[in-house]
Amino acid sequence: MDFLQLFLELAQSTVRLSTPLILAALAGLFTERAGVFDIGLEGKMLGGAFAAGCVAFVAQSAMAGLLAAIVVSVLLSLVHGYASITQRGNQIVSGVAINFIVAGSTVILGEAWFHQGGRTPALAEGARFQAIELPFTEALRGVPLLGPIYADLISGHQALTYLAFLMVPASWWILYRTRFGLRLRAVGENPGAVDTAGISVIWMRYRGVICCGILCGIAGAYLSLAANAGWTKGMTAGKGYIALAALIFAKWRPVPVMFACLLFGFLDAFAIRYQSTPLPLIGKVPVQLMQALPYILTVVLLAGFIGKAIPPRAGGVPYVKER
Amino acid sequence: MGELAIELKGIDKSFGLVHANKDINLKVRKGTIHGIIGENGAGKSTLMSILYGFYQADRGEILVDGRAISIRDPNAAIAAGIGMVHQHFMLVENFTVLENVMLGAEDSWILNAGITKARAELKRLEKEYALEVDPDAVIEELPVGLQQRVEILKALYRKADILILDEPTGVLTPAEADHLFRILEQLKAQGKTVILITHKLREIMAITDEVSVMRRGEMVATRETDKTSVEELAELMVGRRVLLRVEKGAAHPGDVKLSVKNLTVRDGRGVTMVDDVSLDLRAGEIVGIAGVAGNGQSELLEAIAGIRRAVSGRVELNGRAIDVTGHADPAELRQRGLAHVPEDRHHVGLVLKFEESENAILGYHDDPKYRKGFILDVDAIRADAEEKIQKYDIRPPNARLKTANFSGGNQQKIVLAREMERGPDVLIIGQPTRGVDVGAIEFIHKRIIEMRDQGKAVLLVSVELDEIRALSDRILVMFAGRVVGERAPDASEGELGLLMAGVEGPKEAAQ
Repeated sequence: MDFLQLFLELAQSTVRLSTPLILAALAGLFTERAGVFDIGLEGKMLGGAFAAGCVAFVAQSAMAGLLAAIVVSVLLSLVHGYASITQRGNQIVSGVAINFIVAGSTVILGEAWFHQGGRTPALAEGARFQAIELPFTEALRGVPLLGPIYADLISGHQALTYLAFLMVPASWWILYRTRFGLRLRAVGENPGAVDTAGISVIWMRYRGVICCGILCGIAGAYLSLAANAGWTKGMTAGKGYIALAALIFAKWRPVPVMFACLLFGFLDAFAIRYQSTPLPLIGKVPVQLMQALPYILTVVLLAGFIGKAIPPRAGGVPYVKER
Repeated sequence: MGELAIELKGIDKSFGLVHANKDINLKVRKGTIHGIIGENGAGKSTLMSILYGFYQADRGEILVDGRAISIRDPNAAIAAGIGMVHQHFMLVENFTVLENVMLGAEDSWILNAGITKARAELKRLEKEYALEVDPDAVIEELPVGLQQRVEILKALYRKADILILDEPTGVLTPAEADHLFRILEQLKAQGKTVILITHKLREIMAITDEVSVMRRGEMVATRETDKTSVEELAELMVGRRVLLRVEKGAAHPGDVKLSVKNLTVRDGRGVTMVDDVSLDLRAGEIVGIAGVAGNGQSELLEAIAGIRRAVSGRVELNGRAIDVTGHADPAELRQRGLAHVPEDRHHVGLVLKFEESENAILGYHDDPKYRKGFILDVDAIRADAEEKIQKYDIRPPNARLKTANFSGGNQQKIVLAREMERGPDVLIIGQPTRGVDVGAIEFIHKRIIEMRDQGKAVLLVSVELDEIRALSDRILVMFAGRVVGERAPDASEGELGLLMAGVEGPKEAAQ
């Protein structure tokens, strides 16, 4: 059962590491399907994580932290929306600006408020999300094969992880089975068609951007309230960009987004697990190479193996009524 | 009779300095097809956009069914029973027909219920108006004619009683256009009111009950269609007398300038588009290639111009072979005396974001006369452009204006001036007057005949049969990639039409 144990260990950390990626990539899905590209997922997540860390510490409540993360992230996404929808600015520039502002201002504010050098105070148990033990875990543990899978892989994650995985079918349903989804997809493909159908293009796009803000906020809260015990500077560490890569990799579809994020999460888990263990044939691999692996694979996959990823046709283009 | 579906009173609209609509009055009677005609930029589309709530008029009143209403957005227009089929379709290309029809009229926030209803309603509309489309087909996989049908269905699904069509035939083949007209007749028979915006006189005469003419933002006249004539309408549109058919003398053909032998061209999918075509083009003659769009004319032109590789065959220019099956170099062909006016001026002929003077030398920019050492001589280029602007009456006469800001006719003149002023031996022209105003058509036709009279060889491809007949000295008809016949320009329209439709020679066709 050594192999099963190993597998479960890797799978469990894959799920943990994939959670923020899934939330962030679904966030990107909502805004980009509406035609607003967002390279600022990273910044919004980091801003959300910071707000969660601060508020959870002050209020000693994880839920308050989560709420604060969502509020801050939505505010940031509204800034992006204002720049790129209302003011018809360049969406990449606006997104990058948000990343820079958040990366800098969180450090300054964190230092000013807590004087702990690039971190918020460590959170006590009650101010963090706790692992949830699903029912019958102990009773089923004895069942061969399925028991350990249920107990160690499916049970025992934080609420936000379950939420992230539930958001996958939920996003699919919203996108393809509701009026909101139909209009959202339409506005990212041909805003002219939406406008002439008597629907406000601007309002639709803002709604897409707000959805993005909410999910990014949850992703951020997961980082500082569930995966860690507080915020540390730069704790997103490129997860926003990996989520963006997963989104492209998945061709802007919810279920493939989940699989892409699981793949990247697995690479991360693999790198952590084996960074100091000698591998058969290869020997000891430098830590840096293992850490670089997800990024290398992203480049290789994006360049060669997924075929053409066609973005929403009106993506990145501000809507101007033709004259 | 006489009940009004729409009445516009004193509509006025400016965009910055451009006064697009000046005090427009219009009455459209219920249950009629009302044409609105005018040159590009006359303000037709602006007026209709105001009626559809896309823009707001600065002044004026809109009455629908006798009631004054304000149309602040397309929703208000839809509620008032107005539907619009835009010139550039407002469809989401990777959605299905059903999704496009439902968009904005979904009934409830969960789609399922709406889908069932929309499906049933589409079936009913399909029956009532003979508008068959597969509701589950994806838009981008449908031919243009069917996409347009979806636009009409969208309007009918929203219970439109008044249907505005903006230049609906610009993208259609003649057969599709005929089908559209039958649909419009059908709509009229059901009591709907149709407003048809176009700049094609022939369509106005064929289908409308009344016609209003716009010129430079003003409504200059309204006529009953059967009490007016093409000549009168053309004159009203342009503001002066227009020759719809230019005068030309007899041709005096000289030596063979361009010789095409057994040319075969396939497209990207491997379909044979030009099939074993041979033709000779002599100095001092215009050879017209007639045919329904998509029968290989475009590919033939492109192969000769060196921008599409042929599979086999031989082409000689001035007696010297062009490497059509290998790497023909368009720049070299230009130097050897071949000029090409491409069919698609927006994508091939011009760079719309460049200023006029830059487009006026495009492809000839390495000519020493436009250079100072290895940099461009901007002054020389602008002077050269000014000269062409004068000679070709390009408006506005501003060599530094962005090309996209010129009207279609003036853009075409920029291309023609560039190619013709080099004095080529052979001029190949595709669709010289597509999307061009009546006034400019006359000018362009005259210039083409002038070229011929100067002893140039002209190969003309056009889907407008009238144009082919008016200009050509000989007509070749292409069908399914082959030249199926040669006729004199006085051949009847019916005879040419049969050839274009792929029906064998007229003898077999007469029962």
